Amino acid sequence: MAEWTPTPPRPAPASSVGFSAWARRNLFATPGDVAFTVLGAAFIIWLGNVIIDWAFINASFAGDDRTACLKPVQGACWPFIDAKLGQFIYGRYPEAETWRVNLVFLFGAVGLVPMLVPAAPFKSFNIAFLLGFYPVFTFVMLTGGLFGLAEVETTDWGGLLVTLVVAVTGIAASLPLGIMLALGRRSKLPIIRYFCIGFIEVFRGVPLITVLFMASVMLPLFLPDGVNFDKLMRCLIGVALFSSAYMAEVVRGGLQAIPKGQYEAGAALGLGYWKTTRLIILPQALKLVIPGIVNTFIGLFKDTTLVLIVGLFDLLGIVQFHFTDASWATPETHITGYVFAGAVFWVFCFAMSRYSIFMENRLSTGR
Amino acid sequence: MKMLSYKFRVVVLACACVFSQTAVAAETLSIVQKRGHVQCGVSQGLPGFSNPDDKGNWVGMDVDICRAVAAAVFGDSAKVKFTPLSAKERFTALQSGEVDMLARNTTWSMHRDTALGVDFTGVNYYDGQGFMVRKELGIKSTLELGGASLCTNLGTTTELNAADYFRTNNMEYEIVAFEKADEAVAAYNTGRCDAYTTDQSALYAQRLKLTDPAAHVVLPEIISKEPLGPVVRQGDDQWGDIVRWAHFAMVNAEELGVTSKNVDKMKGDKNPAIRRLLGVDGTFGENMGISNDWAYHIIRTVGNYSETFERNVGKATPLGIARGVNALWTQGGLQYAPPVR
Repeated sequence: MAEWTPTPPRPAPASSVGFSAWARRNLFATPGDVAFTVLGAAFIIWLGNVIIDWAFINASFAGDDRTACLKPVQGACWPFIDAKLGQFIYGRYPEAETWRVNLVFLFGAVGLVPMLVPAAPFKSFNIAFLLGFYPVFTFVMLTGGLFGLAEVETTDWGGLLVTLVVAVTGIAASLPLGIMLALGRRSKLPIIRYFCIGFIEVFRGVPLITVLFMASVMLPLFLPDGVNFDKLMRCLIGVALFSSAYMAEVVRGGLQAIPKGQYEAGAALGLGYWKTTRLIILPQALKLVIPGIVNTFIGLFKDTTLVLIVGLFDLLGIVQFHFTDASWATPETHITGYVFAGAVFWVFCFAMSRYSIFMENRLSTGR
Repeated sequence: MKMLSYKFRVVVLACACVFSQTAVAAETLSIVQKRGHVQCGVSQGLPGFSNPDDKGNWVGMDVDICRAVAAAVFGDSAKVKFTPLSAKERFTALQSGEVDMLARNTTWSMHRDTALGVDFTGVNYYDGQGFMVRKELGIKSTLELGGASLCTNLGTTTELNAADYFRTNNMEYEIVAFEKADEAVAAYNTGRCDAYTTDQSALYAQRLKLTDPAAHVVLPEIISKEPLGPVVRQGDDQWGDIVRWAHFAMVNAEELGVTSKNVDKMKGDKNPAIRRLLGVDGTFGENMGISNDWAYHIIRTVGNYSETFERNVGKATPLGIARGVNALWTQGGLQYAPPVR
């Protein structure tokens, strides 16, 4: 008896494989599609041309002052960014001391990268480094005054340094505070519950600008003469409280989504409130709200630009500040500066967003 | 409810007053000397008055006044720190003692001088609203602007001043107002209007943002008074005197021909006015609680009024502002300082 052999499958017809088939199916299926494709392609080419013309072909790349950026057809004025780059990163941090900032950035990256890579070993050591050693190290290195380091006042900080200090402090403080507030708001103890509700509603109901203004303008009037605590510190506290109120509501959203059965299961196993919360509820709740948490982080990162209104120069603030340098004033200076600031913000926010998606995929077990 | 909020406001104000009073009564000079530097409130960036250079150092005419005060008190113009302040927080910062003085292109007006608990010590720059037009129009005076369309900022006194001026002089005009200064400049740049109007010092700064700055000219007339000067807390006359005379010393030095270059030679000059100014004769510094060679240090490290003007906003800078009303009184301007004697 001859063994049955299946006929090998025939290759798909040439008209349904490859790029041309894909294009025909997706781009040129109907006359309407053809019209949109042509229009879209024309728009992309036009836009690409404009951007390349502006950023490269008509741009200036070298020069020491505004005269470099005064061609009849002028694109981006990159020498402005080049001349001011130190300012944009460190603000008016003394030039001889910027190695300290670099070291802080480096240690931050060294601590953060293995933390974010799930396969990297020594996680508990890593956490101790980031949450125990790193904040102290950063504080000592940046402010100085100890171990023979020259003191650098926070009024001299600026640029990306301030943006990162405010954002990272806000992010690091808002998550634990937010979780506490969210749990507190669902607590059965009335004092804790009403305190948390009050806190959250007050800080969510007030614009961040108002919080910062209160911290920087009103607070000094109430403090006795000579007592004056640091402006940056006031902003950090304001931002941390503000963002923790938002974080609390995001986390509460996750807590609401946990079915009652999970609590009852925890109770049935003989776990108390804290153990149930820590081992069963929070891991599930936080996983659910990762997009919301990262969304709040990204919002916070961009909100740091508001510290400008109380006289601190974050990245955007210091870029705008340097527009007022008459030796660089040209029609293109401020466009170039805004594009640069936007690009830096985008890189940070996009990185956060991608990492959030990576985490979601990694943790999406059982769904 | 209304009553409650009113009461609350009174309480807040009362507290604020109590604390600001304590700050006022303190002796600013001794606080500054103990601290080791002058804390000076400046703008968050205004070209030629307080703006950063490539190294992030503050430069400008307002900055120079702060440096002059530091030179007078410490003999060292570097012993000053700057606090950039927004327009809203500037007076609070001064009243609360966060800064010792303001040099923040602040217009001296009666309301500010009398109602806010602060004192203006002089005028280091006479500003005022002016007009910029294209050179090709061949206009030499604001009075030739009849029938012109004006680009300006929406809802500012600039708009009202222009309206008053054109009506007073029986000229036709059309105002094209924009929300932001940058929009107004862009509109003027594309030829939407014949003239652009704002404070004159700002006109020179905005001109640099035009496609071809050389094709535009700022007309000489000023149609409003914007005297800009340093501000101190009311009630500390000694400190007010030091800030006032720091400016006067620079104006007097220009009048007497003393510059940062020749100040050491001038110390041996026979002219009694120069000898008094530089502290060779008399005890004028001691009377203010500082050393007698206070003005010598100002001129040595910061320069006279003409030097700071030319260095920051003058013809050789991108701003290219002429002395105009800021010339010495002997040259037809308004800068006049009482004598040191």
